[in-house]
Formats: sequence, C-alpha cells, structure tokens
Amino acid sequence: MTGNRTPPDGAAITLLQQRAIQLKKNMLVQARGKGQGYLGQGLGIAELFAAMYFHELRYDPQDMTDPDRDRFLVSTGHYAIALWAAFAEIGIIDPAILPTYGADGGQIDMTTFDAVPGVEMTGGSLGQGLGVAVGIALAHKLDGRSARVFVEISDGEVQEGSTWEAAMSGSAFKLDNLVALVDCNGIQADGAIVMDIEPIAQKWQAFGWDVVEINGNDMAQIIGALNWARAVNQAPKAVILRTKPGKGLPTLEAREKAHFIRVEQNEWHLLVRELEEQNA
Amino acid sequence: MLNSDRNADADSGKRSIQAPFGAALVKLASDHDDIVGLTADLGKYTDIMPFAAAYPDRYFNVGMAEQNLIAVAAGMAKTGKTPFVTTYGVFATRRAYDFIAVACAHSDLNVKIFGALPGLTTSYGASHQAIEDSALMRAIPGLTVIDPCDASEIMEVVHAAYETPGTVYVRLQRGNVPIALPADYSFKTGKAQIVRKGADIGIISTGISTAHALEAAARLGEAGKSAAVLHVPTLKPFDHAAVIEFAKSFGQLATVENHVKAGGLATQVAECLFDAGIVGKLQRIGLPDAFVEYGSPAYLMDKYGISATKIFEALR
Repeated sequence: MTGNRTPPDGAAITLLQQRAIQLKKNMLVQARGKGQGYLGQGLGIAELFAAMYFHELRYDPQDMTDPDRDRFLVSTGHYAIALWAAFAEIGIIDPAILPTYGADGGQIDMTTFDAVPGVEMTGGSLGQGLGVAVGIALAHKLDGRSARVFVEISDGEVQEGSTWEAAMSGSAFKLDNLVALVDCNGIQADGAIVMDIEPIAQKWQAFGWDVVEINGNDMAQIIGALNWARAVNQAPKAVILRTKPGKGLPTLEAREKAHFIRVEQNEWHLLVRELEEQNA
Repeated sequence: MLNSDRNADADSGKRSIQAPFGAALVKLASDHDDIVGLTADLGKYTDIMPFAAAYPDRYFNVGMAEQNLIAVAAGMAKTGKTPFVTTYGVFATRRAYDFIAVACAHSDLNVKIFGALPGLTTSYGASHQAIEDSALMRAIPGLTVIDPCDASEIMEVVHAAYETPGTVYVRLQRGNVPIALPADYSFKTGKAQIVRKGADIGIISTGISTAHALEAAARLGEAGKSAAVLHVPTLKPFDHAAVIEFAKSFGQLATVENHVKAGGLATQVAECLFDAGIVGKLQRIGLPDAFVEYGSPAYLMDKYGISATKIFEALR
C-alpha cells in the first residue's frame, strides 16, 4: 500500500508540485493527440490529483480491487484526462497510450467507466458521485473497514438536487470516513457558472459537514486540508477547492473560460514550453 | 412455511399471505450477511419492516430522496453488499431512472429494486400508479424485470432476485396478497409457463393480471370456450421460445396486463411474434394511453378493462 501518513516537509511539497507538473504534461500529450479535450479542468485539478495519488490515498497500484483500499471517486466523468495522467505515472496504464485519449476503440476515453481498473465509478451523469460515495462509506462503517472514501465533485454539480440528497445522508449517517473534494473552477458547460451556488461553504455546513475552503492549486494548502479531513469525529468533510482552469499554462489561463478547449496545432509547442519553464 | 402464513382474505374468501416480500426477505437475509435493506420513507408501506425489525443494523432509511436511495444502494453494492431497495414503482422509475441506468445497470451492480403499487393496485391516483414502469425498466440494457402474480410467487422472486446477477426490478404487490397460481407452479427466472391448459383461446398475461386471466378463463370454460393461460412473470429477459410456441397453438390470441399497452407485455409479444414471422390478430388487453384517476383498484380495473369480468367479456 502506498500512502504517506507523516506531514510533508517543504521538500516533499516540492516533489508533489513536480508530480502535478508531470500530470499536466501527460494531459498535454493526451489532448494534443486528440487536438482538443477537457484540458482546462484537468490542468486546474492536477495538484489535487497529485496529492491524492502520491500522498493521501492508501492503495496498491497492482491491485485496485483490494477491498481495504482507499477509494477516490471522480464524479465528473470529463476529468478522465486527469485520471489517465495519474494512472500513467503510477503504472495502472502504459504511458505510451496517452496520445490515444478519446480515440475511437481506444482504452482511455474522454469520460470514465468503472470497468477500467482503478476507475471507482462511472462518471458523466453529474450528481451521482456523492450518493455512490455515501453508499460505499456506509458499507465500510457497517463492515468495520478503515478504508476511506474520497469523491471529487464540481461546482456545477452542486446545482444537482441529488448532490444535496446525498449531502444530507452523509451527515445523518455520521460518515467521518467520507471526504467531498469540491472543485470550484467557476465554469460549467454553458460558460461561467450560470446559476449562483454561493455561499458554497455555508451550504455544506448547513448540511452538517465540516468544511474548509482553500486555494485548490496550492499544494501546501491541499496537503493541509487532507490532513485536517482525517479527523474521526462522526462528521463528513468537505474541502472547497478554489481552482483556476488551465492552471500553469498562462496561454490557457488567459483564454475565455471554456468547458471544452480546442488548441490549434501551432500552439502545442508554446504550451509545452510554458510548462517546462515552471519546472525550471 | 407457506401454509402457516396463509390466512383467509375476509373480502373474497381467497387464500392470501400477509407481507410476502418482508417474510421472504427476512428468511433470505438469515443465510446471506451481504443483504442490506434500503427505503426512502416508505418502509411501512412496502412490507420491508419485518426485515428492519430482524436486522436493524442492516436497514437504512434515506428519507424522501429516491435518487440518493439508488445511488447509496449502488455504492453499497460496489463493496459487495446486495441491497434490497423499496419504494413505490413510480418514484423508483420516474424519479431515479438515470441512477438505475448509469449507477446500477451500466456497472452490473447487484441492486434489487422492489417497486410497490404496480398499475392500478392503488387507489391514490396517477401520481402513485406505476402504469409504465415495466416499459421504462425494460428499455435499460442488462436489467432484469419481473412482474410476479401472487404472494407465493413474490416470495420465490425475492430469492430469485438475489440469485440473479445484476440489477433487478420487481413490481411489488404489498399487504395481504392473494394466492392465485396453481399449487404445482414454481417461478423460474426468464421462463414463461402455462398455468392453465385450453384449446380455443390463448391468453398471455403477467403480474396480477394472470390471476384475473385465470378467473376469466374459468368463466370462459363455463361459457363453452376453452382458454389457456401463459404466465410471463419475467418481462426481461423475455421468453421468446415459450411465447412463440404458445401462440402457434391458438387461432384467438390475447395479452392481458396491469400496465399501459405501449411498451408493456402487449408490445413485447407483438415484437416477438412479428420477428418470428407470426402475423395475426392479437387482442391487447391493458391500460390505455392515459393517466388514470383516483378510485379503488377493483373499480378502476373494471373501468379500464383489466378485471376478470372485463377480460371475460372481451374474449368470449
């Protein structure tokens, strides 16, 4: 099992930041193969995925069916691009297939399907992830398992009524083994958040969750929040991550907020160079 | 076991069993620790309370939240549990359709959904009458859909649902449920069975309508017409072979169901026979393309043509 229980020092944080940059490179390789993709969301959540797979989660990459593994559910199916980027680094998939992202008949689709090893739920129909995570966490409590359940959901997904049905049950069932990671990147399919969802933190608090709000692109803050979320106190935890779509690539950060990004063929070398400069 | 549970229905004098679903689930759960029970504020009205009393630690009520009911069941199933989920059929299928399709069926999860108040078995009007649930559930890839006829069959179906891999939807009759099928009948998943032999008319029926078809067939016999009844409790997977063989034997063929004809048993029989090149007249007895008003089940079934009397009149 991987998973690091000791608080990371500055050097460890730097290593995790480098992991995040590597995930972003992998995402560029994926999106370049397709010429497009959910790059904005993927880049914006790369720090969290690096923190999860290289620090917080306890799992064995050789056996992603181990019943005692921590589970990380990605409710937003279109975040598959970030999942494949991480899976290539931990050896669940061959990095050589990254350019086949979204290809017909390929193994790594633009959305998630839980028949693929390591994928904990079939995403895509937003509003389902939190309830499924509640069910897993509830079953773990019933069986006395110590494994924890993390679920990434998006700010747009907070608009789904089913998210709040699930939030209600998470606190009613006292699921302190459950952590919701709410990615607030400010965009949804039709553009900038079209239906006001603020104040998000107070909403989760009102539903009985312990809440912390952080800069979701700041590795030290992410690690701090994940550490805070380990508290065994009968309350589920919500981490509100304020993230920037396209984070780390100034060209994409500056682009009009878009759910789905197309990149011209002559732009790819520029994006790779921007990432390389961060790593220097 | 069935004999000891039998009691007389005061209204009809027919034999019946009280809460057959709950009784069967309690017994099944004693042999299988993986079974959990879930409901959405309708535990007292879906016969699951015997399970809740016997296994309080394995019973969860999520409140009035059907999407979450199915999502939580899917999550529990992902860890190896076998959730038996109850609510009314209308709420399971209309409100939580996407969750049944994507969270459960797409992942082949062992979630067993028992939807109460099928068709016109409630007096509470269109909001509570599941008149199109079989059609909706049948359209989801990989689902198993079962419409049991009577109390004994419900008890067998509880076991069969557990033994059948994947997501199962069952139309559940609750409360004091009559016994209507022949004593030698035994449910087999995916199998249609002849429950009454005859020579003149072939009746293909499902669910509670098989009980009414049997009554109608008895009266047809008294009137000089010999009617056979093929009971089709499993609507998906559909027993094409049995339906084709049965249909070939009769010049007069009918379907009877407690469900809208569109997308229900009538549609499935027509599809099956047409695919097999058997083209002929099919009398489709079922609910019309309409929402049904408030009223007692007996009154409504008679008004909408699916009572034993109306079946008899339509076929004689």
